[in-house]
Amino acid sequence: MGITLTETAARHVQNFIAKRGKGVGLRIGVRTTGCSGMAYKLEFADVLGDDDLQFQSNGVTLLVDPKSLPYIDGMELDFQREGLNEGFKFNNPNVKNECGCGESFQV
Amino acid sequence: MALLQISEPGMSTAPHQHRLAVGIDLGTTNSLVATVRNGISTVLNDEQGRAMLPSVVRYLDAQNILVGEEAQRTQSEDPTNTISSVKRFMGRGLADIGDISRFPYRFLDDSAPHGAQVRLRTVAGAKSPVEVSAEILKMLRARAEASLGGELVGAVITVPAYFDDAQRQATKDAARLAGLNVLRLLNEPTAAAIAYGLDNGSEGVYAVYDLGGGTFDISILRLSRGVFEVLSTNGDSALGGDDFDHRIYCWLLEKNALSALGPQDTRLLLTQARTAKEQLTEHAEARITVMLSGGEIIDNVLSQAAFHEMSNNLVQRTLQPMRRALRDAGLKVQDVNGVVMVGGATRMPQVQRAVGEFFAQTPLTNLDPDKVVALGAAIQANLLAGNRGEDDWLLLDVIPLSLGLETMGGLAEKLIPRNSTIPTARAQEFTTYKDGQTAMSIHVVQGERELVSDCRSLAKFELRGIPAMVAGAARIRVTFQVDADGLLSVAAREMGSGVEAMIEVKPSYGLSDSEITRMLQESGQYAKEDMQARALREQQTEAHQLIEAVQNALAQDGDLLVKAERERIVEQVQMLQDSLQQTDAALLKRAITNLNDATVSFAQARMDKSVSRALAGKNISELEVKS
Repeated sequence: MGITLTETAARHVQNFIAKRGKGVGLRIGVRTTGCSGMAYKLEFADVLGDDDLQFQSNGVTLLVDPKSLPYIDGMELDFQREGLNEGFKFNNPNVKNECGCGESFQV
Repeated sequence: MALLQISEPGMSTAPHQHRLAVGIDLGTTNSLVATVRNGISTVLNDEQGRAMLPSVVRYLDAQNILVGEEAQRTQSEDPTNTISSVKRFMGRGLADIGDISRFPYRFLDDSAPHGAQVRLRTVAGAKSPVEVSAEILKMLRARAEASLGGELVGAVITVPAYFDDAQRQATKDAARLAGLNVLRLLNEPTAAAIAYGLDNGSEGVYAVYDLGGGTFDISILRLSRGVFEVLSTNGDSALGGDDFDHRIYCWLLEKNALSALGPQDTRLLLTQARTAKEQLTEHAEARITVMLSGGEIIDNVLSQAAFHEMSNNLVQRTLQPMRRALRDAGLKVQDVNGVVMVGGATRMPQVQRAVGEFFAQTPLTNLDPDKVVALGAAIQANLLAGNRGEDDWLLLDVIPLSLGLETMGGLAEKLIPRNSTIPTARAQEFTTYKDGQTAMSIHVVQGERELVSDCRSLAKFELRGIPAMVAGAARIRVTFQVDADGLLSVAAREMGSGVEAMIEVKPSYGLSDSEITRMLQESGQYAKEDMQARALREQQTEAHQLIEAVQNALAQDGDLLVKAERERIVEQVQMLQDSLQQTDAALLKRAITNLNDATVSFAQARMDKSVSRALAGKNISELEVKS
């Protein structure tokens, strides 16, 4: 399955990387932390790790460490605007439970 | 679910722990708030998509307040309760302001002590400039929190480079009142230079030309090792973009033979003049058509050339402060490595051309000059909030001279070495010098030299209530802490009893650059002498301590010695005392060693005596168990 980006999200990521001036892609993962067990990690990637799984979506390279993949396999990343705020939204089919704000989750 | 932002590699935050930080340009005319999101510094807009918040506050009644555009638009309805350009009053007393009749406000004729801040009487009661500024900051804070979806951990707020301590403190107070945690105050020209990434570039001298709505500032900065230092500032507090509008306005009056317009028509014409000015930035000519309240129609075409000619002397007026700033910095035009343009009025091509000609180089204009200060402040805030990796850390402020304290023998023990980045904290343990010592005097000094007498004394305080112990048994932890604003606090704590004392000092206060330079030069020049002086003082201290210990021992247990042995020790004590007059550290060291050697068997005898004293009166069975 893998991970995908919506077109809007991809456009923003490309724009951010271009303005930042460096970066080979976007690193997505999960960490065991937070009020409901797991939390997302979303970072710029400057180097490819040896174990990294790579996915291409709408022209953006997505890097995922193999341990994180089972928790987020099939996920789609979207970019949304809510009032004055804007940012990335994770549509993760593996999530069974999440905390009120959705920043941490359980599978 | 929450909306996430992309972090720098390895800098993902735990859920609900986002380190949201903003940069705020608290301007005289307009204020802005910016943040670093997804790695990019961006200005945050309000619901209407406006980045700039006019720095205008109108008090409607005791509860209701208008801030920004609305307050500005309705200013003429209630001038006494509508406060604009409050930044000019920050940290100022009535005496600083001069002719108060220029302002439509009711200044409070306080019998407050001299130097107190001005206050204005409004429908909502007496308001200080701090309170008025806090309203602007509250508005920006609310905008930022709505945009970032969480509470802010802190803000960097910019201030003019020439702001003094009182004005900076007033700005901090306003932020606190608005519920903002001030990570740091940042000089406006420095913020602009950071926005252009000059701090990552080559070292050198930069000029920041800031032509705002109503003020002009020129600052000369030097970047060395990632730190911006303001070398000089100059300017004209009554020159800005509004004066250019006024020139067009006067031209319109003249062209149409108009005189003395009502306030409404004046406002209308000024607005048109401003629009024309903005058009002329990109177009060769601008057409101005207005219908006045009396029905007269104005229809004129203003060419770029004509506008440049009528505003030429305004542009020229910025050159004199530039020359003065360079002269104060002791520099020439060719020493300047780059020029940064700040303020909306620097969009005008004639301004850019004049500045370019003056410095003989093309000024940096690719960032929005209205936003550049806020953008730089946001980058700094992001850094201070800890959202960037260690290796990305750039020095911004350093301690110019080492900070330390006086130890026995008048030696300076450095706790924080010079060029440490601030904020910083260091701790070290010290002990007592004499038996039964119950107080310790802590003398805080600044400088690179080894002897306290060659350093600058900053503060003295005493730690009292140390429980009586033998010399060297007390553990006194002294902590030096320098906050981001250069404020040093020194705390001493006896670890056993917990007694504590502390003091706050401002280390750089009153030290000019040349004094710092002199102190640094001397430290290099006298390095060798200092080393010898230190060695000597250390030996002297040790000698004093040894003599005292031996004399105490002789007084207590002198009966343990045979006459010859006793005489030998007394002789060695005398020799050591004589050597103390010498300035030869090696000689002194030899005398110390001799005395130590002479007392070996005495020390042994005393040890035996104290053991037998400890055993005396003990039950025999206890001794057996132990053996």
